[in-house]
Amino acid sequence: MPTRSSADLIVIGAGVVGAACAYYAARSGISVTVIDRGAVAGGTTGAGEGNLLVSDKEPGPELELALLSVRLWRELSDLLPPRIEYEAKGGLVVASDEASMAALRGFAARQERAGVKAEQATVDQLRDLEPHLAPDLAGGFHYPQDAQVQPALAAAHLLRAAGGQGSGGVRLRLGEEVIGVLTGANGEVRGVRTASGDVRAPYIVNAAGSWGGELARLAGVGLPVLPRRGFVLVTEPLPRVVRRKVYAADYVADVASGSAALQTSAVVEGTPSGPVLIGASRERVGFDRTLSVEALRRLAAQATRLFPVLAGVRAMRTYAGFRPYLPDHLPAIGPDPRVPGLLHACGHEGAGIGLAPATGLIVARVLSGGQLPLDIEPFRPHRFDAAG
Amino acid sequence: MPNSPSDEATDDRYSALYDLAVIGAGCAGLAGAVAASERGLSVALLDAAGQIGGQFYRHPAPPLGAVRPQALHHDWSLFAGLRRRLEASDIVHLAGHHVWTVVREGEGEWAVHAVTAADGTGERPARVRARTVLLATGAYERHLPFPGWTLPGVVAAGGAQAMLKSGLVLPGRRVVVAGSGPLLLAVAASLSAAGARVPAVVEASGYTGYARRPGVLAANPHKLMEAVIHATGLVRRGVRLRTRSAVTQVHGTDRVEAVTVSRIDRDWRPLPGTGRRIACDALAVGHGLVPQVELATSLGCATRRTEDGTYALALDALQETSVRGLWAAGETGGIGGADLARTEGELAGIAVAARTRGRPELARGGRVRELQRRRDGMRDFADAMAAVHAPGSGWVHWLDDATDVCRCEEVSAGAIREALADYGARDARTVKLLTRAGMGWCQGRMCGAAVACLAAGAGAESAPASPERRPLAVPVPLGVLGSLEPSEPTATPTGPSGQPDAAGPDEPGRPVDGRTRPSTAGPCKPAD
Repeated sequence: MPTRSSADLIVIGAGVVGAACAYYAARSGISVTVIDRGAVAGGTTGAGEGNLLVSDKEPGPELELALLSVRLWRELSDLLPPRIEYEAKGGLVVASDEASMAALRGFAARQERAGVKAEQATVDQLRDLEPHLAPDLAGGFHYPQDAQVQPALAAAHLLRAAGGQGSGGVRLRLGEEVIGVLTGANGEVRGVRTASGDVRAPYIVNAAGSWGGELARLAGVGLPVLPRRGFVLVTEPLPRVVRRKVYAADYVADVASGSAALQTSAVVEGTPSGPVLIGASRERVGFDRTLSVEALRRLAAQATRLFPVLAGVRAMRTYAGFRPYLPDHLPAIGPDPRVPGLLHACGHEGAGIGLAPATGLIVARVLSGGQLPLDIEPFRPHRFDAAG
Repeated sequence: MPNSPSDEATDDRYSALYDLAVIGAGCAGLAGAVAASERGLSVALLDAAGQIGGQFYRHPAPPLGAVRPQALHHDWSLFAGLRRRLEASDIVHLAGHHVWTVVREGEGEWAVHAVTAADGTGERPARVRARTVLLATGAYERHLPFPGWTLPGVVAAGGAQAMLKSGLVLPGRRVVVAGSGPLLLAVAASLSAAGARVPAVVEASGYTGYARRPGVLAANPHKLMEAVIHATGLVRRGVRLRTRSAVTQVHGTDRVEAVTVSRIDRDWRPLPGTGRRIACDALAVGHGLVPQVELATSLGCATRRTEDGTYALALDALQETSVRGLWAAGETGGIGGADLARTEGELAGIAVAARTRGRPELARGGRVRELQRRRDGMRDFADAMAAVHAPGSGWVHWLDDATDVCRCEEVSAGAIREALADYGARDARTVKLLTRAGMGWCQGRMCGAAVACLAAGAGAESAPASPERRPLAVPVPLGVLGSLEPSEPTATPTGPSGQPDAAGPDEPGRPVDGRTRPSTAGPCKPAD
């Protein structure tokens, strides 16, 4: 089989996480080949809403990753073209009654100690922030750090910008599926095999998202990535009815009680192109795209509860995506000690768009020997092994 | 045929479990509904329109006072017969019901979800439960863009005919008919019979393709006759047929003033220097039809690629899809016309009766064999026709970069080419994600074929790998969606990946390990 090319690093997966890995690696002088069996943003990235959220995260390693990412996205928004639709629009979490407002207050206080900006909003202030909100809410918190990006365009432009000046260079190989990982005498990575040939590199990054478990298997290691389905509802184009990312806090009570596979908590938000996005449900059903009427019903009911004006607005389409999650709901980021040269950058569940830049930066720093921006111990890929 | 408005609470039209729900009251759906009903099945017949007939037997609403709607139709007597049988039956006709999805509700039961405003009290959800479903949702027109195609006065060929049939309105006084497919001759004949001048019918294919399949033609004398009748009628009215030609540009400022017709080669690439201007005030253009299969593909029904590059449902000898309990008839199984639709509809109706009555001998009778023989002959003819009129890959050369391909979102050919060349799009879906082409009102029904062709031309797969997914077959108001009856989500087994879902009971998206405290109230991960 012909050896077609070589690079310092092969990134497997052209979603937003793979794109960010390629971007930061190339920027630090590493030559990168990105391989995807489909197109850019063809998997979970293309099904995402583009939420860059700190508001939904409890203090802990994921919040640290999110806070770093929010800063990096702001930098990137100056470097990438405006077409990525970056908007520092802020999030608004609302409570329907005093009990859930009290819970939200406690949650926000702990977040603030971890570096999150959270501003309490009275009922009157809610109306100023979102004039179309239901009038009978108890209050809420405004999170100015929350932002939004159009995920597919963000991935595409990260990849384009990765090849710019001072870069180690980025090559894209789309429509090529990795069918094997090449290793040397000591089990170290030497490259990958695709149907059209071998690509050589001393390092590979598994950024295969929901399919990251399969890729890990090709490399001979276990990584229990599982898909968690979500539906997003998209409305007809509207003038700006919803200004921020708005969602309800009080659903916590609903879900704490049961173990039903389906959970919904609608985030309602407008987009620069006009449609309002309502997402997203969560259920574990494998890679099954069958429409769930109940998931759509709940999303619609929650969205119209928050914004009664939406009741007469039409949902134009809906789509399903598969969030890649690991059992402890933290991503796998960093080198895999079981296979020298193998790194992982997957399992971000529903936060992959938001967490992509920090993930990419970590991968680049690991490869270039630079200082890590935060402790990556909680994300170690082998933590699910008995000895891990 | 009970069809009276009644209040919802006592409306047993929605509480019954039917033997069969038929979606679409055109030729195929009508034939299927009456065939099943006459064999003792309880049948609900849902259709978006206010009256039966579908596209083919579209006719003016009674208030227009049309005296002879049949003047625009052949085979009107066949339709009248189906209508009589429907009226004599106890089929529940649910007019004005826009079906947005069909879902499985346990073993051997389906729920058809629709939006309706039929009782005049505003839009509300309607759910019909049935043991089996017959999908007879027909087709929509395929459009290929060209410079000027968005000017007022450019209408869809089938749309022009629909306007004539339902409202007796002409799109213009001097109408060029262009595109490809047998519909063009029918449209030209209808237009000129209604008083329009048709200076030319511009057909991109040659008709010589038919001559290569004499066997198929001989087996379908009715089709041949129809074509000849149309052709002679046109000749008498001075209509010129130009084959291997295409309208490559429309001229005009506020509306159509003229078109340029160019000769094209076998791949539909325009031959330089052959452009000729024809004055007209309207252009009716059509490039064949696309089966409307999204309800079925959302349920996982297998499809087959047709000779002209569309996707139709893959059906067995008795019209059942690959999903047990779901049948299909007419254009959903491949474009083939009204005769074929009626034949398949009846066949499906009998097959459903045989299954649900537990009388397999019904599906082996002489009538079934006769219907199957007729269907097979007409399917062969339809396939031959599709091959002759399949768009050549060179049509994309009609497009300059400034031409809008997606009209809803105003996405130009140039923007699509850029997404393919520079941003890593490889198919219609990723073009859509990167440009918004296909995200607007029509959900890609208008531009889907064109975008797929552009993507194929850029070196990716030679054709779309699968039909487009549209889980909502029609737009649904959020208020209607939100007011559905709550239900337990159907427990779906693990998906096709076979990945077991080993994790334990789900907390609201938060870790349930030692490091975080699930009990503390936080708004939780709401979304992505």
